[in-house]
Amino acid sequence: MTDYLLLLVGTVLVNNFVLVKFLGLCPFMGVSSRTETAIGMSFATTFVMTLASLLSYIVNSYILAPLGLEYLTTMTFILVIAVVVQFTEMVVHKTSANLYRLLGIFLPLITTNCAVLGVALLNLYEQHNFFESIIYGFGAAVGFSLVLIMFSAMREKLANADVPAPFKGSAIAMITAGLMSLAFMGFTGLVKF
Amino acid sequence: MNTIIAILVLGVLAALFGALLGFASVRFKVQGDPLAEQLDALLPQTQCGQCGYPGCKPYAEAVANGEAINKCAPGGEDTIKKIADLMGVEVQPLDENHEADNSPKVAFIIEEDCIGCTKCIQACPVDAIIGTTKQMHTIIADECTGCDLCVAPCPVDCIEMISVATTTQNWQWDLDSIPVVQIN
Repeated sequence: MTDYLLLLVGTVLVNNFVLVKFLGLCPFMGVSSRTETAIGMSFATTFVMTLASLLSYIVNSYILAPLGLEYLTTMTFILVIAVVVQFTEMVVHKTSANLYRLLGIFLPLITTNCAVLGVALLNLYEQHNFFESIIYGFGAAVGFSLVLIMFSAMREKLANADVPAPFKGSAIAMITAGLMSLAFMGFTGLVKF
Repeated sequence: MNTIIAILVLGVLAALFGALLGFASVRFKVQGDPLAEQLDALLPQTQCGQCGYPGCKPYAEAVANGEAINKCAPGGEDTIKKIADLMGVEVQPLDENHEADNSPKVAFIIEEDCIGCTKCIQACPVDAIIGTTKQMHTIIADECTGCDLCVAPCPVDCIEMISVATTTQNWQWDLDSIPVVQIN
């Protein structure tokens, strides 16, 4: 139990996907200009990442590994992720129009989020078992959501701040992201594996 | 041999996932566009066509597909703000083609000049104009939505838009119609 908890905390804070592993940077910069959209994106990503890490574990250990086709993992995982995203979109569209509106374009965009493919492949390389895979996927998504929402809150404040002209817009956002990354590096050593 | 197995496995997986998606698209089919319906509910339903679409519903569908949100003149700033909130985009000023003044108006026919051509009757979307050929026409003020579609077709320019004076009957006493929020 403690191991799972440590893995979760470790993935959320210490090995944060965005700020330490530098995965999923495009949605991190792209949809962080408003907190509302950032929250929508976070929910969609959390859902898809957890489901994708679960499914890719099943596909890998019950189909690819017994047949000795490990070299096909990247291609197969992309297929799995695309299907999960499409399927999720249809179900959400049918069951909750409000959630669908909130997530909007972000749901299909997750297909191209490298953090999702990253979590599936890292599960494989670190030889996680079934539950570890789910926790790792969920933890990575929570970490992604955490920094995305924090970053968007900061950017909303920055929009009103008196930023020197050469740093306006994307430049100050990049600097902010860098400082956040520095801050998160401070968690290194919090959890010892 | 190994290559064939690899191709087979990928093919079967792809077919399986394809079947799943095909099933899902039939099973979870959604009638209509929920976003367009929510937008339609925000529009004033004057069906005036000033936005360039035949009515409020077609404009709502166009906005859902990315049309500019600032084309509804009868709705004015309030409606634009509500649409912007719903769509999650920035508020824009009303399209420049429309007058900024959106106080309630009704059309009025100057009866001395009317030649009874019935062109305005055909243009009226809410049947608020009465009259017939070679007889002068008049407007039922209570039915008129102020869409000004009848102004352009009139060959003798005898229709003008007049502002509705505020009386005790139509005074907006309900303060809640303006959202009041506490600013911290």
